Amino acid sequence: MGNFFKQVYYISWADLMFMKHNFWNILIMTVMSPLLYLIAFGYGLRTGTSDIGVPYVAFVIPGIVALSSLSSSFASTSTRMNVQRLYYKSFDEMMMCPLSTSAIVFGKCMLGLIRGLLGCSLMYALGMVLEPEYISFNVLVVASILMSCMVFSMLGMTAALLAKSHQSMATFNSLIILPMNFLCGTFFSVDSLNPIFQAILYCLPLTHASQCIRSAALPDYLDFTWLSFAALFIFGLAFYVINYHLLKTRKV
Amino acid sequence: MSDIITITNVVKKYGEKTALNGLNLTVREGELFGFLGPNGAGKTTTVRCVTSLTNFQEGTIIVDGHDAVKDQVEAKKVMGLIQQQISLDKDLTIRENMISHAMYHMMNKKDRDAKIKELSDYFDLGEYLDKPVDSLSGGWKKRAAIVCAALHSPKVLFLDEPTSGLDVNARRLLWDIIKLMNQKGTTIFLTTHYIEEAELLCDRVGIIDHGKIIALDTPAALCESVGKYAVEYMVDKNTKYKYFKDQDEAKQFASTLDVSNNVLLRRTNLEDVFVELTGTHVGV
Ligand SMILES: Nc1ncnc2c1ncn2[C@@H]1O[C@H](COP(=O)(O)OP(=O)(O)O)[C@@H](O)[C@H]1O
Ligand SMILES: [Mg+2]
Repeated sequence: MGNFFKQVYYISWADLMFMKHNFWNILIMTVMSPLLYLIAFGYGLRTGTSDIGVPYVAFVIPGIVALSSLSSSFASTSTRMNVQRLYYKSFDEMMMCPLSTSAIVFGKCMLGLIRGLLGCSLMYALGMVLEPEYISFNVLVVASILMSCMVFSMLGMTAALLAKSHQSMATFNSLIILPMNFLCGTFFSVDSLNPIFQAILYCLPLTHASQCIRSAALPDYLDFTWLSFAALFIFGLAFYVINYHLLKTRKV
Repeated sequence: MSDIITITNVVKKYGEKTALNGLNLTVREGELFGFLGPNGAGKTTTVRCVTSLTNFQEGTIIVDGHDAVKDQVEAKKVMGLIQQQISLDKDLTIRENMISHAMYHMMNKKDRDAKIKELSDYFDLGEYLDKPVDSLSGGWKKRAAIVCAALHSPKVLFLDEPTSGLDVNARRLLWDIIKLMNQKGTTIFLTTHYIEEAELLCDRVGIIDHGKIIALDTPAALCESVGKYAVEYMVDKNTKYKYFKDQDEAKQFASTLDVSNNVLLRRTNLEDVFVELTGTHVGV
């Protein structure tokens, strides 16, 4: 087991060095878009209260945290892996080393996980400063954020392993990721939509991530959505199995 | 010498396209094996199958007693690969690339630092270690890639067309490096489409065409198999070749031609072998 964690760390080491070299760039990229969303949607578009009785800003910040877990984790894992696989060919260098496949799956997800956590914690901390009366900090918040970042990092890996070119990655982004960003309960409550639309949105992981993070952040107003947490876990497991399979069969 | 790589009846298809069509090949421990073939013959595919970078549909590959599919973790421990394209991570420095490689082989810090020092001194890479990858020229990047691949002291080192795209000097230097590593006991599997390279460096040469081995022997024996002496002459602007076991016979034949035929009597080389076997020139 110790060996497994060592492998995960060793696999992610190169990505962590990459992050170290580009720390300030990465930080700016990570916080810029959630900040813009907060200003545009939280303050620009709507002020007042949400359906659940908290100010809209307190409602939207957990949604933006969920959104940044998606955008940071997904984007950093998928972009970096895509580049390593298709352009640097350094992914093959790793694949021909005696490493366990599950260690590779977790190791290559670490960059996305860490970047996601960085973005989410900064955003969440800002939320606690802006709306201290409503947004609380507890272990479920940590668990939900951790889980979302992991799920989206795994998804980023799936996308990178399936992508045949940089272009197919871009298409996946605009067809799946971008709509998820806006629709999955990040800026409004999914429950206010018509049932068919709701059903579609509940098939997407970001919906569950928003639900978990929001309900964990506003415990006085919402019950924690354990079902969504379980759904998120199942998404993560499914992406893990797919990644494992793709690497194992060396179809990539 | 025992066999370190045994490839038996390997079939590899990319969709409809068959890249390896029942490939059989053995590489002996300690030899410098040359794998010669035109572009698209299946050299890279062979290397990728052996190093478990890609799957294949039929056949078996045994590396140092380990099945390359079922027992791949063990098999991977004894192999190192320098890919055709530069495969360093360009976001990192040369040293970080090396460290990362050593980590993939689970080397501890002490062994890793010692080996990086040893090899980068040996390859004169010292001053480049902390530079970004792209500040090095092609030949130096190749060297850095070789250091990465050799850090874990593999028994077999695969070099996939290591000299293509390098200038003459860099190529010569690389040849010396390859020979030295072989002398130190590493089995070398060198793919190339440069006939000269195979002839000059290799103990044995396998010629691959359309995913099949069409000849496999020492360069000298291969040349002998078509005839040691070649007469090259022109008829109606086409170059023709004729091969002879015996020098006198060759001379005799040459004397029947006249100057307008641009007659050339020489030793048979691997290119002749290749043309004889496939009916095409390498690279065409
Ligand atoms: N990823 C791939 N997808 C489809 N066909 C491929 C792929 N890689 C190689 N091929 C085909 O397989 C054959 C052998 O290629 P390769 O092993 O790269 O040849 P070589 O290294 O000898 O130049 C070629 O015809 C090539 O077009
Ligand atoms: Mg090739």
